[in-house]
Amino acid sequence: MVLEMKNIKKSFGDVEVLKDISLAVDTSEVVSIIGPSGSGKSTLLRCATFLETIDSGEISYTGTPAVTTGADGKAEYVGPAELRKAKQHFGLVFQNFNLFPHYSVMKNITDAPINVQKRDKDEVFAEAEELLRKMDLSHRADAYPCQLSGGQQQRVAIARALAMNPAILFFDEPTSALDPELTGEVLKVIRQLAEDKMTMVVVTHEMPFARSVSNRVIFMDGGVIVEQGDPEEVFGNPTQERTKQFLKNYQQ
Amino acid sequence: MSCQVMLSSMGEGMLRTLAIFFLTILFSMPLGMVVTLLRRSRFKIISGIMKVYIAIMRGTPLMLQLLAWYFGPYYLFGASIRGYRFAAIIIGFTMNYAAYFAEIYRGGIESISAGQYEAAEVLGYSKTQTFFKIILPQVMKTIMPSVTNEIITLVKDTSLAFALAYNEMFAIAKQIAASQTSFTPYVVAGVFYFVMNYVVAFVMERVEKSMDYYS
Ligand SMILES: Nc1ncnc2c1ncn2[C@@H]1O[C@H](COP(=O)(O)OP(=O)(O)OP(=O)(O)O)[C@@H](O)[C@H]1O
Ligand SMILES: [Mg+2]
Repeated sequence: MVLEMKNIKKSFGDVEVLKDISLAVDTSEVVSIIGPSGSGKSTLLRCATFLETIDSGEISYTGTPAVTTGADGKAEYVGPAELRKAKQHFGLVFQNFNLFPHYSVMKNITDAPINVQKRDKDEVFAEAEELLRKMDLSHRADAYPCQLSGGQQQRVAIARALAMNPAILFFDEPTSALDPELTGEVLKVIRQLAEDKMTMVVVTHEMPFARSVSNRVIFMDGGVIVEQGDPEEVFGNPTQERTKQFLKNYQQ
Repeated sequence: MSCQVMLSSMGEGMLRTLAIFFLTILFSMPLGMVVTLLRRSRFKIISGIMKVYIAIMRGTPLMLQLLAWYFGPYYLFGASIRGYRFAAIIIGFTMNYAAYFAEIYRGGIESISAGQYEAAEVLGYSKTQTFFKIILPQVMKTIMPSVTNEIITLVKDTSLAFALAYNEMFAIAKQIAASQTSFTPYVVAGVFYFVMNYVVAFVMERVEKSMDYYS
């Protein structure tokens, strides 16, 4: 398993947002997470990427524990050095890109591999050029984010995440901030990654995309996983009332 | 008094004015950053002290602060203040301007979206790297106009050093004007401040332009 999350609980104040969620993702698996607004999808990704601290539960990457259960039953994070190592296993693509505006496209992609991972510069640049080619952005290497369309910015953000060579890539609504005519180019890139056997977890509202690209679909509501399984099953023949309701509302 | 004598003694005053100006910039801009970072500390006592410090510096006249820094050691501890005049001026200006710069920095830092920190964190940047590589350059750009304003104010504020009977340019202008019953020294002083601010504005515009490559 690339990622293993067990019995994750997370509250903000008195509000329990994740209620005992477990999620395991295997190598080369593409998992889509769908669900209504406020169901905890983003929070789940933010817990998986350590942007939020879980209250209880366990998280491990490629078999190495990053969060375990302490004697008091609460979540216990590993030390800073080990946590930094754990972070090397994943990348996260945000809804609103969060590119660094003062860095060129090339520097956005290469800076962390060079200055965080301390990798060889020539190697990193060669890899970045290859990534830009895949993203169909070779001609924009010297541009600044503000000079790019939303779709191009998001593709740079994906390249930036991939440049770290993560074992798993998380996407939080990667096309929600885009104009409808730009979502296609980003989805195409993600689809390509799926074909290249990249392990991915994608939170999305693009139902046709989720249905066609993923190996597994998870429907979340109210901080729990209501239903999950093969996309054709979940979309074509949902067993839970809440799933049916959600999908019906969505088709309107 | 000949024109030449007047200009040469005013010239000396100008050098002192410039010294106050540059030393204040040199010390207060970095100190302001330290104050902002402490002001943002999660320890309530530290951030509280910084808040009070900033409130006092901004809430009382700079002239009064200069007098306090200069005469304070004598009245509080009976210490000798001979030869301390210039240091008191620099301390007074630095402490005052650091507070203003701190507030400018704070506004700039708070204008950076949480997403920038999160992107940096997920990419594995350390806290220090995030601050110096990602946050600070963006802060610099957003605060530049306010910094320019502050520096221009400082050019004019240097004349407040006359409160400690320090012979910077404006004090000398006043003395000459009084003894010669002439208005000319004031004109010279006015031209000097104007030109200096013009230079400041020019330099700052260049600095702002150099950051224009992104928005
Ligand atoms: N930092 C926070 N502080 C307090 N409450 C929060 C915080 N972040 C999220 N929440 C709450 O947690 C719940 C789940 O939010 P989350 O963003 O995970 O939902 P989501 O499924 O991603 O929704 P959307 O589809 O709108 O993005 C919401 O009720 C939200 O208000
Ligand atoms: Mg969300």
